[in-house]
Amino acid sequence: MPCIEARGLHKAFGSTVALDGVDLCVDQGRILGLIGPNGAGKTTALNAILGLIPYDGQLRVLGRDPWTERERLMCDVSFIADVAVLPRWIRVSDALDYVGGVHPRFDRAKAEGFLARTTIKKSSKVRELSKGMVAQLHLAIVMAIDARLLVLDEPTLGLDILYRKQFYDSLLNDYYDGTRTIIVTTHQVEEIQHVITDLMFIDRGRIVFGCNMEEFESRYAEVTVKPDQVAAARALKPMHERQVLGRSILLFDKADRQQLASLGEVHTPSIADLFVAVIGNASGTAKGASL
Amino acid sequence: MTAASNAVPMPAGSQVVSTTRLLYWSIRRELWEHSSLYIAPLAAGGVFLIGFLFYLFRLPNQVRMTLGAHPMHQHSSLDEPYLMAFGLLMLTAMLVGTFYSLDALHGERRDRSILFWKSMPVSDLTVVLSKAAIPIFVLQFIAFLVAVTLMWIMFFLSCAVLLASGSGLAQFWSMLPIVQMSFMLLYHLVILHGLWHAPFYGWMLMVSAWARRAPFLWAVLPPLAIAIVEKLIFNSSHFVGMLLYHLGGSPNNSSRSGDFMDMLGHFEPGKLLSEPGLWTGLAATAVFLVVAARLRRQRAPL
Repeated sequence: MPCIEARGLHKAFGSTVALDGVDLCVDQGRILGLIGPNGAGKTTALNAILGLIPYDGQLRVLGRDPWTERERLMCDVSFIADVAVLPRWIRVSDALDYVGGVHPRFDRAKAEGFLARTTIKKSSKVRELSKGMVAQLHLAIVMAIDARLLVLDEPTLGLDILYRKQFYDSLLNDYYDGTRTIIVTTHQVEEIQHVITDLMFIDRGRIVFGCNMEEFESRYAEVTVKPDQVAAARALKPMHERQVLGRSILLFDKADRQQLASLGEVHTPSIADLFVAVIGNASGTAKGASL
Repeated sequence: MTAASNAVPMPAGSQVVSTTRLLYWSIRRELWEHSSLYIAPLAAGGVFLIGFLFYLFRLPNQVRMTLGAHPMHQHSSLDEPYLMAFGLLMLTAMLVGTFYSLDALHGERRDRSILFWKSMPVSDLTVVLSKAAIPIFVLQFIAFLVAVTLMWIMFFLSCAVLLASGSGLAQFWSMLPIVQMSFMLLYHLVILHGLWHAPFYGWMLMVSAWARRAPFLWAVLPPLAIAIVEKLIFNSSHFVGMLLYHLGGSPNNSSRSGDFMDMLGHFEPGKLLSEPGLWTGLAATAVFLVVAARLRRQRAPL
């Protein structure tokens, strides 16, 4: 059974359409990166999945309707909605007491083990911690919950590079076990490229692109084209072309690798490059997008 | 997306934490957040105690005068400081309860911590009920405990002073029905300040769940507008009368509002419980709280 299944998910705020018929299926054990420009509907989609907002259309998360069964769902789902949503007045030890009191799947010893690796004191209040430490604390709490789905909405926003690296490292090493499902949205796409197993682009309330990462690597190729080969390369219908330091870099979908190698230096594109190619076009309609 | 074959079968139904346990932790959480719930009554009690120390100087004199007075007036002048202490603590509890209720469901949206609370398997109704229990029960018990402690401290200090001055200890002892006063106070706090005032707290909690800003104004101005419009159109003041009725506990009490010495004096167990107004008030409270829970479910962080 898929972890998340959405069909025709629709949500409007007044006259603004935030989700315009999203179809989504995420299997258990995947780490999905949901990428989109600001206002594309990422957070709305996640909020619907987490039972924080009502929606139209069909949505099942772990077999439950999130809007009507939020509190039951939250036994199996954890989320970090934003950095620094931990209440500022709470003491670290009290936060652990509270979660231990209300959550049936919280392992306090585990959380304390994670905290022992940080410099966070249990007697501190959240307001005394730095932003990075708050993120560490929240992650320690979430990782100590034996959930089946973890949703991370911009979990590293505003953190320095050390905390961000550490964040994803702990997530992969100490939490992900191959059966849990993780969804993450971020603008720092480069740092999740080697974390995620699946990739999805969302734009204007629609899923405009989706593939898994093996597919991503075999299917897309970026070529730094030799100056004399530019015309030949363009004839192969690249998805996107950009200029860097006077050299043309062309992005191809399903092109023959050997043929590309003759045009210049071939490498795997970054998610950001593909994102620009798919969504950056002013029309917003993706060329090679649908799967 | 692919890999449907990798799907892992779901483990059997998730364990559930009992509602009592959820309520217990939710209430503890409120006490962590709002330390004013116990600090304010303790501070009020402390300040009163300092004032009482000065009163102790003229206590022996007071006792002598009271002994000479008519038996009818004897007890009323000696218990005056105690009733003043009770009044101060009741007023403190009402103020703290008001500010608490107006902030309870607003503050968590303002600082976005609602996103953390909602990531826990606790229903909106449980949260709202735990927040309603604070002003209606918890705060009244805190006020009671502080008041009774204060009363015993005052009582022992008085005894010590009278013992030292060598006069009237036995009479003082007999004139101050201190145990009876404790029970009256508990009854008064729980029934009147808790249950009778419950619709006010319910209303304020609902407004704090609804308002985007300035919950205090939203809680106060609409009732004020209703009262004014009623006065202008019908030249009547039933609405204000109803509010005063609920503040005072019963029509008789509201007519001599402020004079709760009488209220304590004319202590009639069960009277407040048999008033239909108590039950309509509690029904209104239930409606307010259910609406508040629905609002909390739908409202996004500010």
